[in-house]
Amino acid sequence: MNGIDSIKKIIVDKPLKLDCGQIINNFPVAYETYGVLNEKKDNAILVFHALTGDQFVSGINPITKKEGWWSYAVGPGKSIDTNKYFVICANVIGGCMGSYGPSDIDPITNKILGINFPVITINDMVNAQYNLLDFFKIDKLFCVTGGSMGGMQVLQFVSNFPDKSKIAIPIACTASHSAQNIAFNELGRQSIMADSNWVDGDYSNKKLNPDKGLSVARMAAHITYLSKVGLQEKFGRKLQERDDLKFGFDADFQIESYLRYQGSVFVDRFDANSYLYITRAMDYFDLIKQHDGNLSRAFVKSKTKFFVISFTSDWLYPTSENKDIVIALNAIGADVGFVEIESDKGHDSFLLDIPKFLNTLKNYINTSYLKN
Amino acid sequence: MKQEFKIIADLVDKNTRVLDVGCGDGTLMEFLKKNKEIDIRGIEISKNNVQKCVEKGLTVIEGDAEKDLSQFPNSSFDFVILSQTLQAFLRPEIVINELLRVGKKAIVTVPNFGFWKIRLNLLIKGTMPVTKNLPDEWYNTPNLHMCTIKDFFNFCNNRKIKLDKSLALRNEKTSSISNINLNIKNLSAELGIFLIEK
Repeated sequence: MNGIDSIKKIIVDKPLKLDCGQIINNFPVAYETYGVLNEKKDNAILVFHALTGDQFVSGINPITKKEGWWSYAVGPGKSIDTNKYFVICANVIGGCMGSYGPSDIDPITNKILGINFPVITINDMVNAQYNLLDFFKIDKLFCVTGGSMGGMQVLQFVSNFPDKSKIAIPIACTASHSAQNIAFNELGRQSIMADSNWVDGDYSNKKLNPDKGLSVARMAAHITYLSKVGLQEKFGRKLQERDDLKFGFDADFQIESYLRYQGSVFVDRFDANSYLYITRAMDYFDLIKQHDGNLSRAFVKSKTKFFVISFTSDWLYPTSENKDIVIALNAIGADVGFVEIESDKGHDSFLLDIPKFLNTLKNYINTSYLKN
Repeated sequence: MKQEFKIIADLVDKNTRVLDVGCGDGTLMEFLKKNKEIDIRGIEISKNNVQKCVEKGLTVIEGDAEKDLSQFPNSSFDFVILSQTLQAFLRPEIVINELLRVGKKAIVTVPNFGFWKIRLNLLIKGTMPVTKNLPDEWYNTPNLHMCTIKDFFNFCNNRKIKLDKSLALRNEKTSSISNINLNIKNLSAELGIFLIEK
């Protein structure tokens, strides 16, 4: 892909022991920054990306040439104002935008790793990204935030590093992946693995691409990011460039055409094995179990101020699961705020132009920074 | 009602942890934060009000106090405030029990339905009273369980809830309520303010 040289990376030379037991060393973590780190180094915000995100939060992504995934929320004058704050975002390990992942080359065999890449967890992702604090010589972040899988990383970060961020804003997430979450991810993985071009994950070495499988995985997942009402309003039963049904299996309906399109553009920017690894990491995420069934224990050592945000129409990570985080924090007397934003855009709401959400985020961040 | 807030501020000690139940748009929280060095947060059911609190930089949890107080541990706050909200709950008795469990002390203010103007309103007009402080009609009022100062006073006594302070408010003027003047205050005051504990 063009623009690959513009990816900034640190090489982590501290060995990292993964949850699976394997130790990795000298691995790259790709990152991007926006804004300027002030002299006091108290204005740094670490943003964690979701399943198919990357480090290019704002502006034009130099690889895909499209708007950054959180352009509505991050940028000059935006909710996370890059005129005021220094925003850092890293590509998760297991990803495919420059950080150590399954499309890297195994130095021993000189072949692309594929599924010889170790299974990673949200905990591993967060521990890998923590090295960026050392790199920028930031003792304490002002804020950690992210939506969906990004929110899970926020929770894991505060649990692992209780005094390394002043505030934490997990958005539209959960402390423990539900059976339904796992089920949808498994559907995506099975679709990739059923593609004959996947060849046990060795497709890159064989110059093949499991595009069909990956695009079906994306189509299925995309439905879970939207709400029934949102879909009905946008598409209903509208037909795609035709006056009547064609009595075939072509895309008669606009929703079919839309999903096919979403699938087809996704395969251009995402690696199928990365999809397997990252969804696995989400499925393994269970911060409650990590703390012997008591989520409060994850945060008991922390003085970090929390602000939890959920969306009314998000059925993938519903308000009730976000509220469980609030309840766990209240149980230990932590400083926690919570809002449920009204939106019919489903789980995707956190990525979209929802003024109430963007204002709330902005207000919370700015008033929290004032109290420094 | 600024005077009510001033009285509440006097009842709250410095450097304490305070919970404002049904905190509305955060006016009281903001006032208390400015005037007392306290760690305060609120619970509020209305989305609009929650947004307003966040704008003011206040810590607020969107939720229904009737359900969500249960998540707080025993005595996790020094003071729990319930300002003119008790009458809007489905089960006020349970809410008061929860206030006294979550807070070491609770401050409860109640609009007095025994105020003479309200009584007169019902007596003369024969319709449900509509006043400056209770502006809604019977069919759209959020107030499900109106009570009088005397009702609340007796409620606490009957349940062995300690009344540390009982104050009556009328025209910005504050006075103490006791067993002796209870009937008079019940007629003359618009608002009762009570500091209670278990």
